[in-house]
Amino acid sequence: MSALQKMMGWIDDRLPLTATYKAHLSEYYAPKNFNFWYFFGSLALLVLVIQIVTGIFLTMNYKPDAELAFISVEYIMRDVEWGWLIRYMHSTGASMFFVVVYLHMFRGLMYGSYRKPRELIWIFGVLIYLMLMAEAFLGYLLPWGQMSFWGAQVIVNLFAAVPFIGEDLSIWIRGDYVISDATLNRFFAFHVIALPLVLIALVAVHLVALHEVGSNNPDGVEIKKHKDPVTHIPLDGIPFHPYYTVKDIVGVIVFLMVFSAILFFAPEMGGYFLEAANFVPADPLKTPEHIAPLWYFTPFYAILRAVPPLFGSQFPGVVAMGLSIVFLFFLPWLDRSKVKSIRYRGPIYKIALALFIVSFIGLGYLGLLPSTPVATIFAQVFSVIYFLFFLLMPWYTSIDKTKPEPERVTG
Amino acid sequence: MSQEVDGPKVDVRKRKFLIAAASAVGGVAVAGVAIPLVTSMQPSARAKAAGAPVEVDISKVEPGMLLTVEWRGKPVWIVNRTPEMLELMAKHEDQLTDPKSDMPQQPDYCKNEYRSIKPEYLVAVGICTHLGCSPTYRKEVGAADLGADWAGGFFCPCHGSRFDLAARVYKGVPAPTNLVIPPHQYLSDAKLLIGVDAKGA
Repeated sequence: MSALQKMMGWIDDRLPLTATYKAHLSEYYAPKNFNFWYFFGSLALLVLVIQIVTGIFLTMNYKPDAELAFISVEYIMRDVEWGWLIRYMHSTGASMFFVVVYLHMFRGLMYGSYRKPRELIWIFGVLIYLMLMAEAFLGYLLPWGQMSFWGAQVIVNLFAAVPFIGEDLSIWIRGDYVISDATLNRFFAFHVIALPLVLIALVAVHLVALHEVGSNNPDGVEIKKHKDPVTHIPLDGIPFHPYYTVKDIVGVIVFLMVFSAILFFAPEMGGYFLEAANFVPADPLKTPEHIAPLWYFTPFYAILRAVPPLFGSQFPGVVAMGLSIVFLFFLPWLDRSKVKSIRYRGPIYKIALALFIVSFIGLGYLGLLPSTPVATIFAQVFSVIYFLFFLLMPWYTSIDKTKPEPERVTG
Repeated sequence: MSQEVDGPKVDVRKRKFLIAAASAVGGVAVAGVAIPLVTSMQPSARAKAAGAPVEVDISKVEPGMLLTVEWRGKPVWIVNRTPEMLELMAKHEDQLTDPKSDMPQQPDYCKNEYRSIKPEYLVAVGICTHLGCSPTYRKEVGAADLGADWAGGFFCPCHGSRFDLAARVYKGVPAPTNLVIPPHQYLSDAKLLIGVDAKGA
């Protein structure tokens, strides 16, 4: 035995290092027919690492104090060596996180990756998405610009719309009667400690659950049904490492090209990644002319605005916005189709999914615009389609004419 | 399950009781620790004390002008309304949600048609009752972007809520109620004190 083997043996007697490596990489068998859409899971992991690493270095110069926060961000941008790069990596990373996660979720919708036996993977995924939204919202207050302040003001006031306890709840969240230094300080604590810990734990559980049941694939058939009688390896499976590690590296390279292009040439992305009004320090006495949330929140913001106040309360709109996410959790049980993948679904599901995507993007676009009567009607139509996609799913997936699934994965 | 284990007989009832008792005691301990943590997020004594009243000199607020001052971190408007403005205000009461100020959005001494102590001076918290943006003062009658029948008032840029010059909300906008009138009193003709009722209530 070589010295290295001896050392590995010593470790393996004390920590299942080799066994873990095998179980999750070299002997984790993934379907051989992964396509383009399967890049986004590993890319999400990459962005998570980028955000954590750049975030750590930002905290070294950022000051979570209402008097100093705005200046400290400008200080990072101008005076800290490479500070501008670290800050732009973090702000670009935030938007790219949502780009990657939205594509990852769309993949799940297309190939039925949320269906039995992957319900828990999907649920943990939706929780990750929720945490990500909370993390992005909290982080957006930290630069203490005008959009930071008024965005937080609007979102915290959503909680004030809850009947009976709303007012006290919003005061408790702010730690003050208005968005103030106390609010900034606690948002910082949640943004850099609490939520990242929860996020990492959820990602770990998401992956453990995935590796327990194995990945779905574009055909939506289970590769574990056909195993080699001797080795018990799925016939359509290939070891994750080296096959998919190498494939994912290609994805990483292309992604980093796009990421760098944004980072170096358009870090503000024309006001979509960093809003113009946020280059003005927070002023509690003056709301900017037009306020809109960042692009990744606008579909839900449009749903909020589409619901008129009922019984003198804004609460119904808040409920609708909440439900638009809650419905995602129930997807595994709403879908009654005999097949998982869109390849073998009938025309009804294809049309339903297309309408859903059009509505989601439409709502996202409308959420960026000031509200006008015409825009409100469009937002209401899109909101209705958004909810019908879920509410009618048990019906239209069961009557849809499906094609037979193949026994084994196709090319 | 534990009942199926061979060997000395297990007293399942006792075991269940011990598990329940241990869980209950543990639960009480968790709740006990959670109370100070959760309560620490309430406004601190300093934040509560920061609500000191603000004294404002209103002698320089000319007719038609709006002055914004800060009280408890919120914008408070003082508008010197002209006689024409007061006259126009009475004409659109049918378009308002709460023209008579029946909802408790003002101290009792401001529950009148002008929602103020002195008809000409409006004192209101400049925070929209919808989601907390600060509306813009738009005094021009018939402003192009607000429609020919705009009688002057406040327009919220966030979600398009409209209020008249008594800070009363129009029907059909997202804001459910009139803007809040803070407690205030006149120390003299030129001195206004925001944050305290006249009788020291």
